[in-house]
Amino acid sequence: MTQGRPVSPHRRAALAAGLFLVGVVVIDVLLFPPAQVGVILLSGLYQAMLFFLVASGLAIIFGLLDVLNLAQGAFFMLGAYVGFGVYRLLGEGLALGLRFAAALLAALLIGGLLGALVERWLIRPLYVRPLFQIVLTLGLAMVIREAVRTLYGPAGLIPIQPPAPLRTTLTVLGAQFETYRVFIIGMGGGLMLATWLLLRRTRLGIIIRAGVEDREMVEALGIPVGRVFTLAFALGSGLAALGGMIAAPYIGAYPEMGDVFLLNAIIVVVLGGMGSFEGTMLASLLVGLTRATAEQISLEYLDTPLLASVSILLIMILVLLVRPSGLFGSEP
Amino acid sequence: MTLPLLRVEGLHTYIGSQHILQGVDLDVPEGTVTVLLGRNGAGKTTTLRSILGLWKPARGRVVFAGQDITGWPTHAIARLGVGYVPEHRAIFRNLTVEENLRIAERRKGDFQRRRDFLFDLFPDLARLARWPAGQLSGGQQQMLAIARALVPENRLLLIDEPSEGLAPVLIEHLIEAIRALSVSLTVLLVEQNFHVARQLGVHYAILEHGRTVLQGRMSDLLARPDLIHRYLGVTI
Repeated sequence: MTQGRPVSPHRRAALAAGLFLVGVVVIDVLLFPPAQVGVILLSGLYQAMLFFLVASGLAIIFGLLDVLNLAQGAFFMLGAYVGFGVYRLLGEGLALGLRFAAALLAALLIGGLLGALVERWLIRPLYVRPLFQIVLTLGLAMVIREAVRTLYGPAGLIPIQPPAPLRTTLTVLGAQFETYRVFIIGMGGGLMLATWLLLRRTRLGIIIRAGVEDREMVEALGIPVGRVFTLAFALGSGLAALGGMIAAPYIGAYPEMGDVFLLNAIIVVVLGGMGSFEGTMLASLLVGLTRATAEQISLEYLDTPLLASVSILLIMILVLLVRPSGLFGSEP
Repeated sequence: MTLPLLRVEGLHTYIGSQHILQGVDLDVPEGTVTVLLGRNGAGKTTTLRSILGLWKPARGRVVFAGQDITGWPTHAIARLGVGYVPEHRAIFRNLTVEENLRIAERRKGDFQRRRDFLFDLFPDLARLARWPAGQLSGGQQQMLAIARALVPENRLLLIDEPSEGLAPVLIEHLIEAIRALSVSLTVLLVEQNFHVARQLGVHYAILEHGRTVLQGRMSDLLARPDLIHRYLGVTI
């Protein structure tokens, strides 16, 4: 007979984060009318999903390979440009929905392929030199950004049109909310679940999680860890590129779009606990919802965007003071 | 004369600038337990890691089942049928007990096929299958590390210091388990505890300063207490 699973060491951190989220919602309810609360929550979830799409890849890559991939924001931006390119290439003849789906798929695949090439040819020779990897990925981000700027110009691209059903608005508690933002929440949530299932329920996921702990032992079990590393890097890059394409019809595509998301994604990964996928999921929600609430408070009560910009840093400082290794990080 | 399952010839391994193995020769006959003995720092663990390719030998040869595997990648050596139970166990602490066993499958269904055998050998693991491995006791973690190496049908098991840090009652259980295993597979065991080594070993090799100084049958060694005292500092 099997015994029940004992209490997870991260349970307290998850509970505290959950209570914090409830606190944020309570503040929203106390300060704003119901229509605004709905919009703030959806807006928070929307931001959370965008942060998650960049941060999840960062967490997977850091967890397994110990590589802080500073090119992750560039992959996010590149996904948007690749998607736009494929969308325009397919032309008017094809149904809008199909062109849009093809753009999403192309961003995922090309982002993943590029990530695999970067890991195999650029990162792998530098596994023994972590500092060089940081410089390399930073340089790579600059090269990608400048290449896009040279090819498409600094102004960015006019956002493409998503299919008609995603161009409407929804009424949430009496307030209007763009359907496309709900689509982003749905896609982000779906990818969150799919990646979680991949990591938790498949053999590849077990290997990735084991590799995070002890890659040498995984190799000693007969598993070619090098290929798993390439696959994990491709997964992380592909998710970021897909995130860029998902976001672009709403926020547009411009060469610097990845930089803002990268900074927030790094904060999310540090908050969640470096390399923890579950921590990254939870931290994305924390950051997204807190930021949306802080934005609204700034707008309504403070007449300055200061609180919105520092809110994420405040959460990070608070969490790291209590748990220096982040919510789900392993204590050294 | 039958060739041994594993033969190591004149192995030299450097770790950084340190010349750790300076000529290790070793024969591991099939179907027996061979114990690698020596004082701390003699090069026992380095020998196991060099055989498995975790550290690349600078010179010498490792021949397994008639194939020269020197310099092969570790995963390729493991896939030939070499299992490894490292010092300090190296179990995956954040994976459950069952996941620790499943990850060792080389062919789909390996774990299911061996499940009854493994859980009969180590009944505690069946009870704790859903527990995170990091929450097991030291003895249970050692059992898990050995069970993990048994999921695929390996021909050779490299076990490094299995009794380290275990209570005497657990050491007896461990000896029984390794003895049961040695009926069907070959074991190369690194063991500091001479009490354990003499009970399990059919053959032995003694390393000193990274070189093989003696090897042969354990019964012959037990007949020479002077050598045991000289090379291992143990009085029997």
